[in-house]
Formats: sequence, structure tokens, C-alpha cells
Amino acid sequence: MPESTPYWVLWEERVAAGAHWSHLLRRGTTMRIMDVSGGANVSMLLYNYDDRLERYNMPDTLKAQHTAYLTKDFVCYSDMGRILCSIVEDTSGWHDTICGVSSAELVEQKYGKTRYQEQRNERYQNGYDSLLNELGKYGLGKRDIGATVNWFSKVVVDEQGALQFDTSHAKQGAYVDLRFEMNTLVVLTTCQHPLDPNPRYEPREIHLTAWHSRPPARNDSCRLKCPENQRGFRNTEMWMR
Amino acid sequence: MLRESELQISAAIRREIIPAGEPWMGRIRRGQTFRILDLEGNQAVDTLFYSADTLEERYSAVDTIRAQGSIYLTTGTRLLSNEGNTMLSIVADTCGRHDTLGGACSAESNTVRYAIDKRHMHSCRDNFLLALSKWGEQYGKTFGKRDLAHNINFFMNVPVTPDGKLTFADGVSGPGRYVEMRAEMDVTVLISNCPQLNNPCNAYNPTPVEVVVWD
Repeated sequence: MPESTPYWVLWEERVAAGAHWSHLLRRGTTMRIMDVSGGANVSMLLYNYDDRLERYNMPDTLKAQHTAYLTKDFVCYSDMGRILCSIVEDTSGWHDTICGVSSAELVEQKYGKTRYQEQRNERYQNGYDSLLNELGKYGLGKRDIGATVNWFSKVVVDEQGALQFDTSHAKQGAYVDLRFEMNTLVVLTTCQHPLDPNPRYEPREIHLTAWHSRPPARNDSCRLKCPENQRGFRNTEMWMR
Repeated sequence: MLRESELQISAAIRREIIPAGEPWMGRIRRGQTFRILDLEGNQAVDTLFYSADTLEERYSAVDTIRAQGSIYLTTGTRLLSNEGNTMLSIVADTCGRHDTLGGACSAESNTVRYAIDKRHMHSCRDNFLLALSKWGEQYGKTFGKRDLAHNINFFMNVPVTPDGKLTFADGVSGPGRYVEMRAEMDVTVLISNCPQLNNPCNAYNPTPVEVVVWD
């Protein structure tokens, strides 16, 4: 078990490399995502489980917190001015928000063509089809896919606006703890980041650990990160009351 | 990249003014050229594109910036769909930089960004939702909030710094600046001429813009 997880762990689960996964994370639950071997990427979408029309919104998240990336004390906003989850711990320091996921075409172009008939479950997976697959289980589809959070991936924007993927960023054992402030449908894929320059198909597995956590205190560091977040928590707590 | 158009305004087949703070919806056929003209300067024009054939295919901000390896839109940018197809290509631009990370303002995001009592103020997502509810069926579709993908903000300046800060900066546009696109497929265009009064995206003074179409 990863260090510093509490003894009241609810469940643990390994998600294989290049896999897709989804689960309900209720308000008052914290989920740790750990990069087991280094080099992981976790592309994630978030929906209000009780009303899936409400979902993670990249521009609202970035604008409210005056940031282009996520790390400790930032939160993930829905399109309704509420907070789906807060980042209460992070040993990674940077998570990409603006690059989306790979497609079947991109994966074939980068890594080659594979089929289930020959490669079985070693066939190459892509981010877009993985998300579509998982979303279909909840009646969601193409119209419901927005920008993902790409946990553990760092992409820097230079003065001219050019994107640069940091190949040294995703370290073995890095983890990020998400505290859920609403009942949230989490949909994720462990496919490689679309800008990962690695010429080989080498997605990585992750380890998930969930536990009960206390509601955010008055002096919670995510709440106090900026005045915008204080209002975001106000909106969220008013909704969940 | 700054590039002027060679098209003559007298040859246009359609010209319409969008007053400050109002929505506009239209269809652009493949091969037609579509210009948005910033009449008085520094006016954010929140814009969404949908394939005219299928509602599932629409403009994708993340695919567009990833494919070109840069976050700013200008001459040469191919506006990609969620399916990886080019919807439109920017063929002329006298502003030089357009945003696609800033999204569209809403009543709810105004409560977070500015103050709880800003909820009543007019917003782009109210424009989008009302336009889709009232006019969507004219385009053969039943649109809703699921269809409010991450939009383009023409003429808006949202710089990202190398250390990852994102800000709404003063505009780089001016009176008479324009951006021009060639449609590579039949598209439905949805615009909110942004009514935001709480940040410098419209220089705190929303103004009209003009849309122009050439065959």
C-alpha cells in the first residue's frame, strides 16, 4: 500500500496500462492516483453523477484559478460554477489540461497498426475510443467529451504559444489525491499522452486507493487558494446541502 | 501571422451586423469564405462550429491546438473537429492572435470569478443556449447544453506564460481588424457577441461586429 494512506481505506484497484475505467466517487471520498512505474498518463473526465449534464469544464477551471495547469490546492470546476473535486495532495507538481487525448489515427501513425485478432489484449488502445467506450456505459457519447485532465503529464507553453512535452516529468511513485466535493462519475484512460514523443507504445499502469475524508474545513487550503474558490465552495456546499 | 484578404467587400453574398451582446447562427457551405469583422475593436466573439451533417462532429479546441503545436489561432490554423477533420482554415487575419482556451462566460462562472451577485448579468452561454433552443431546429438538430463544446474567442487575448499562468489581457485587436476562414465542410456557426462587462476581453464596452460571407 502506498505510504500515508489512512487505515480506513475503502478500496484499492490497479488499472492496467492502456486501459479504460470508470467509477462513482461520492462526496466525502478521497481517491489517490499513483504512477506505479513512472511515465504514466491518466486522461480523466468528470461528471456530476446525479445530473450528468453537469461536467468538468476546462476553461472555467483555468479562468477561475488563473492557471493553465493543475497541482495541489487547485480544484476542478464543473460548467455550473461548482467544484467536482479538489487536489489535496500532489507530489507531481504539474498536470496538463489543454492537450486532450490520442485518436485511433494518431496511435496507428505513431506506433503502427494492431488488431485484436493477432495481438489480443496487447493491441494498441487510443484515448478517444477508450473514453467513448467507457462513457457509453452511462448513456454518454461524443457530445459529452470535452478537454480531459491529463494527470502526471507536463506540457509547457512558450512565449510564442508553442507546446513542449516534458519527458522527464512523470516520476515513479508520484501521486495525486483528489477529494470529491460532489457525487462524481470518474471516467479515465491510461493511454499515453498524445504529445508523448516516445516512439514506442508504452502506456503505464496506475494504482488507485480510496478512503473516506472529512468535509473541507473553513481554513481548507483549496478553499483559501483564491477568492474564486471560496465562492466555488459556497456554490457547491449550497447545492449539496 | 498577419495576412490581409484579397476579397472585395462588394463581392460578398451576405453581410450582417451582430449587435453587442447578441447571438447569431448561420450556415456556411464548403468552399465559402467567412469573415468576422471587429468593427470598433477589442470585441470578443465567442464562436462554435458544428458539422452541418452530424451533430456529433464539432469544433475541438484541444485537437486544434495539439495538431498545430500552439495555443494561439491565426492565419494557417486548421480548425479541427473532434473527429480530426478540418472544418475551416484561417486564410486571413489582421489581428494576429485568437484564443481558444478561455471558454465562454456564464451566469454560474460569473458568480465564481467575480461575485455571487453577478449571476443576473448577461452571458455568452445564455446566448448560446437560447439560440440553440429557438433556432436549433432550423438546422435540423435538437441541440442542448451537451453541445456547448470549448469555443473559439476571436479577437480575445488570453496569454499563457511558460510557468503556466493564464490571464485575460488587454486585447490586441482594433477597429476594422478581421479574421477570415474558408469552410472545408458544410458547417453551422453559432456566435455569441460577448456581453461580458467584468474583464478586459471587450475593453469593458461590448460593441457590434459584422459577419461577411463570400461564395
